[in-house]
Amino acid sequence: MLQLSIKQEKIEKAKKLAGQIVNSFDWLFNGYSSETIERTIVRLMGIDGATSDGTPFPNVIVEDLKSKKVLERGVAYWVANAMCALNLTAQEVADKVAIGELDLSSVKPQADEKVLEVINTQTATMLKHIKSQNNFREEKFATYGPRRKPALYVIVATGNIYEDVLQAQAAAREGADIIAVIRSTAQSLLDYVPYGATTEGFGGTFATQENFRIMRKGLDEVGDEIKRYIGLTNYASGLCMPEIAAMGAIERLDVMLNDAMYGILFRDINPRRTLLDQYFSRMINAYAGIEIQTGEDNYLTTSDAIEKAYTVTASQLINEQFAEYSGIKEEKMGLGHAYEINPEIENSFSYELAHALLTKTIFPTAPVKYMPPTKFASGNVFKTHLMDAMFNFVGQLTGQGVQLLGMMTEAIHTPHIADRALAIENANYIFTAVKDLGQELTLDPDGFINKRANLVLDEAIDFLQKVVDTGLFEAMARGDFADIKRPEDKGKGAQGVFKRSDNYLNPFLEQMKQELGLNR
Amino acid sequence: MPVKTDPKRIRPYGDTLNDGRVQISFTLPVPCDEQGKEAARQILRKMGMSEIDVCHMNDLTEGFTHFNAYATSNAEVDLTSIKVKIVETPVMDMYENDEYIDQNIGRDLIVVGACIESDAHTVGIDAIMNMKGYNHRYGLERYKHIEAINMGAQVSCEDLLQKARAVNADAILVSQIVTQKNIHIANLTKLIEMAEAEGLRDKMLFICGGPRLNHEIAIELGYDAGFGTGSYSTDVASFISVTIAEKAENN
Repeated sequence: MLQLSIKQEKIEKAKKLAGQIVNSFDWLFNGYSSETIERTIVRLMGIDGATSDGTPFPNVIVEDLKSKKVLERGVAYWVANAMCALNLTAQEVADKVAIGELDLSSVKPQADEKVLEVINTQTATMLKHIKSQNNFREEKFATYGPRRKPALYVIVATGNIYEDVLQAQAAAREGADIIAVIRSTAQSLLDYVPYGATTEGFGGTFATQENFRIMRKGLDEVGDEIKRYIGLTNYASGLCMPEIAAMGAIERLDVMLNDAMYGILFRDINPRRTLLDQYFSRMINAYAGIEIQTGEDNYLTTSDAIEKAYTVTASQLINEQFAEYSGIKEEKMGLGHAYEINPEIENSFSYELAHALLTKTIFPTAPVKYMPPTKFASGNVFKTHLMDAMFNFVGQLTGQGVQLLGMMTEAIHTPHIADRALAIENANYIFTAVKDLGQELTLDPDGFINKRANLVLDEAIDFLQKVVDTGLFEAMARGDFADIKRPEDKGKGAQGVFKRSDNYLNPFLEQMKQELGLNR
Repeated sequence: MPVKTDPKRIRPYGDTLNDGRVQISFTLPVPCDEQGKEAARQILRKMGMSEIDVCHMNDLTEGFTHFNAYATSNAEVDLTSIKVKIVETPVMDMYENDEYIDQNIGRDLIVVGACIESDAHTVGIDAIMNMKGYNHRYGLERYKHIEAINMGAQVSCEDLLQKARAVNADAILVSQIVTQKNIHIANLTKLIEMAEAEGLRDKMLFICGGPRLNHEIAIELGYDAGFGTGSYSTDVASFISVTIAEKAENN
């Protein structure tokens, strides 16, 4: 069987170092909140809607409490207190705040136990719904059988959710297992989630709760016809990371891009904000049974894929530890990597094989997300198609969890419908052709592939040790990750982080922690 | 030995001169059957094709079918009448360029780059600017005599111009990868209009790049140069150095 010769102690050492890095953030996770976390709580309390000028109700409420300087106590208390005092539903409270009829901070404080009772009921209702969505998914997999491995993952990105549904349904019929709706390119930097169905976007379609609902329905329909459960992916990243996670949990998305550090490095979002937001986002994903995916491929599009291979491994290890901290099980950790080595390099395929096997060896249970060639994809669609085939070969040979299919027109446009069909045909051919080949092959223990994989892991360990010594924030400020410098107090969304007061309340966090068995 | 042709009468080439053979691949919202195939054939005929061979069709489901076809095109062009705008400065490698700057300009050049507005894709600007560069050409950051400032993705036009003004840049590099609904044209126009309004347009070179851009479009949009797919850091850096040296000479 195709496997690497890597000493287990080495892997354990790497995991221990990553654990040390992650475990130094108790102070942040237990002492702070952010505006998007509070907006998430508003959404989880069942509030939806937007004002006539498009400002979502969660933003209206959180902004209002912030301007009254009472946000430190947490939005859950203020909404519940008003519900109690005025005998209103959460949505009714929001409606009144939105039209300026109600000032939450001046509502007479009700008895604590009464407020708490309202909070507990709201929490139980939503968590029950999220759990039922998770059960629904599990039942579908039980009926139709588990997802294939590697799963075929394709993107749709027309900008128009209705057009997306059509293309997604076609892709599902052709064999896709997971559909990702790429977001409109600027959405990660919006400090609100747009409202309603959308038909215009740039390089993608806005992530809105209504769009999630429309696509979910479309995929459920086609899934029942073809007797397969079709997974839906979106992006819990950017300035609204936990809100998108919550929307996904409510509308039954199955996979969420949800990287611990991506926003910091590649979108210049404040480091504290990002780590704090990912902590709560991932807990929501864990509770909802949503598989997370991480964005290590970005290290390789920014830097050289051979020289910086160890940064992928190091990031995977850190992502794993952060995910575990939030209660995500290994079988739901879609750690990322990518096939991005310059095709002109001699033995590039052996390098790719070594790197893919290394990931598989370190994270045997994780449904690793394997990304296709993009950096060396060109206008030569014929060559790109061939590179995609080699990428599919490695994916099947090394048993990756999710194969994010490469498109021959990767370097030209968002995929045309035929590009997607050709990509699926390519993957199906290769996966079938080399299905059990990996069982038959063995590697020379002293050969190039084993040496290469061991070297990358050694470099990752050295790197992690350096990060342990300086601390993660300092390492990022220094530019240790992807050669990009990100100081702890800089970046977008820094002002949205605040210290919780002593009587702060996030009932969803507390309840989920308890049910997930997280006790720190 | 290159093929002998009549440059006034250029036609597509399959395996015989002037046979006009082309390959075409497209999708129609039609069922995958003989009627659909005939629809594909008629589309090709209306495109001016003859000897049409629709050699493959594939059911994309949901009522779509993908076709591959070979056909003969009667179109011909006169090569001698074609003029294109291209960047005409000689291309130097990093070492030659550094020496060129040293000898002809005598100071370091300052270049500010970014993906502007909504564009989040840095692969192009990184290929030109990052230390490592792309495909054996070092990026501008590595040049001894170029101070390269890569502002990254989703930089507003305001921020880019402000930075360029603050560092007294010699050139601005703008990358636009996302082109859906011609967003790249809108973004590039916005930048150049703001630069004009702020009186910056003539103080520095404005250069754009991306898969759907070329020198001709760039000139039309009011830029000094444009670089499309297949351009390298060496092309961009050479254009900057040579143009600035020439400007200095003319002043």
